[in-house]
Amino acid sequence: MTIQLRGRGIVPGYAEGEALVSHETISGWGGIDPATGTIIERRHELFGVCFTGKVLVFPGAKGSSGWSGFFQSTRLLGTAPLAMVFTTMTTKAALGAVVTRVPAMSEFDRDPVDVIRTGDWVVVAADQGLLTVTPSS
Amino acid sequence: MRLTDEEKAMLDGAEGPAVAAAMDLLVRYGDALGAERLCETRNVAGTMTQPSPVKAKLVREGGWAKSFSVINLDCDDDIEIPPMRVPTCQLQHGFGDDALGVVPYPPQMVELQGDAESFFGGRGVNILATCTPYQVGNLPVRGEHCAWMESSAVVYCNSVLGARTNCEGTASTGAAALTGRIPYWGNHLPGNRHGTHLIESRVPVDGFLDWGMFGYFVGDLVQEARPVVVGDLRRPDLGDLKHFGAAAASSGGVEIYHLPGTTPEAPTPEAAFGGGRVPEPVVYGERERRRVYETLNNQGTSTDVDFVLLGCPHASLDQIARAARALEGRKLNPGTELWIMTPRALRGVADRSGYTRVIEEAGGRVLTDSCPAMSRSAPAGTRVFATDSAKQAHYLPAILGIEAWFGTLEECVDAAVTGRWRGDLRTVEAAR
Repeated sequence: MTIQLRGRGIVPGYAEGEALVSHETISGWGGIDPATGTIIERRHELFGVCFTGKVLVFPGAKGSSGWSGFFQSTRLLGTAPLAMVFTTMTTKAALGAVVTRVPAMSEFDRDPVDVIRTGDWVVVAADQGLLTVTPSS
Repeated sequence: MRLTDEEKAMLDGAEGPAVAAAMDLLVRYGDALGAERLCETRNVAGTMTQPSPVKAKLVREGGWAKSFSVINLDCDDDIEIPPMRVPTCQLQHGFGDDALGVVPYPPQMVELQGDAESFFGGRGVNILATCTPYQVGNLPVRGEHCAWMESSAVVYCNSVLGARTNCEGTASTGAAALTGRIPYWGNHLPGNRHGTHLIESRVPVDGFLDWGMFGYFVGDLVQEARPVVVGDLRRPDLGDLKHFGAAAASSGGVEIYHLPGTTPEAPTPEAAFGGGRVPEPVVYGERERRRVYETLNNQGTSTDVDFVLLGCPHASLDQIARAARALEGRKLNPGTELWIMTPRALRGVADRSGYTRVIEEAGGRVLTDSCPAMSRSAPAGTRVFATDSAKQAHYLPAILGIEAWFGTLEECVDAAVTGRWRGDLRTVEAAR
């Protein structure tokens, strides 16, 4: 059984892979380590977890204006997520997705953070504005 | 996104490959936001000179032009970088040569940054090297469209100055500098600048410590929304509002607030809400203030302080003068260092006014360009630090893995002189 979400493509493209879901917003500067592709904010629910190669599902971006630069570095260092799926549109998240150059979607008919669970298989069809989720169990 | 004929020509390469790459990034970014068009800007505050391992590698491959192309334009091509099209300044970056021998920071990074200053200065970038460009030569006028980074500067620009900027990033400011354009979205639209929440202080908010704590409360409460603050607020100065906004942009993501009667877009609470209904207030009282104080002070167990940090965001002249007065005729504890961060232009004034001499005779330092959080550098062996900045107390323990105390400038100076943290909110309240 699959679940479909309608949204808006933020960065065009197609990707499919395993979801990593954060229920908390993510910081760039002071929040991730681009060298290893991991969350380093100590009090974060995903502290120490690697997002490289995952469909990163999160409520939005928080913190410093360095957000986009830090996610751009994950691309340059080969540790970027496979795709980005987020709830709330901000300049940080939009520019971050653009310079990470991975398919990205936002502005959904339902909150993806509520619908998707870590480990689910997610198909991101940004050009069609369609997200298809196959629950892992 | 709709482009004007001039913008289409830029995209098609009429002004060279760098401008075309910049316009391409702005189109991708504007489409991502859902913006309908770009707007003109003649005021950009971004970052291009700060060294990093990634940039050092790019500079080895193709000089600072390669670094700017990849990092600031998100472009993979080897292209020449022309002069900036509109006035552009460099925000805070790494430490400079005035920190050599004082700050444990790699000299090769200082040298690399010096090369970058020559390269970008030659292309019309003003090296202000501060998180507070509005203190030293970049003071936007009301309604001006800006493209600024640095969350504490963005909130000051929108709220205190009534100019208009979103919280931009490294690539969008680089592209704006070469095109004089930025997406017309978010805070640029008048209808997106009205208040969303009303917060009323029932306790006096008076002075730097109070404004920082109040900002921290407000940011945590509203997150990315637009607060309007009223109540027992004593007339704030530049330093107070600098601290208030920086704190609200640390505990939350506040980019604009209104202070009716003080900030330019809010002559009254009704005006702050765009003439609409004024909502019921959320109250900031004794209990809320105590809770903020305890949150900012729950990252310390040892009261042995080995580092005191003042000037986040970069200190005003008034703050430097106050620190000098508090340090006059005193000597720092041998195991404790005190740094005050300020823009280099204000450091020059502090030197001429004699403040720097007083601070240095006590054993303190007036440093410029950077801060411990940006450069990930504190005095060697630092385990416990004290600061008068809610923002620095919020970020530095995570960045450097050290303990933190938060209090007044005078309490911080006392800690620097005695080596002990003796700060207490009750003492501060009693002294009012």
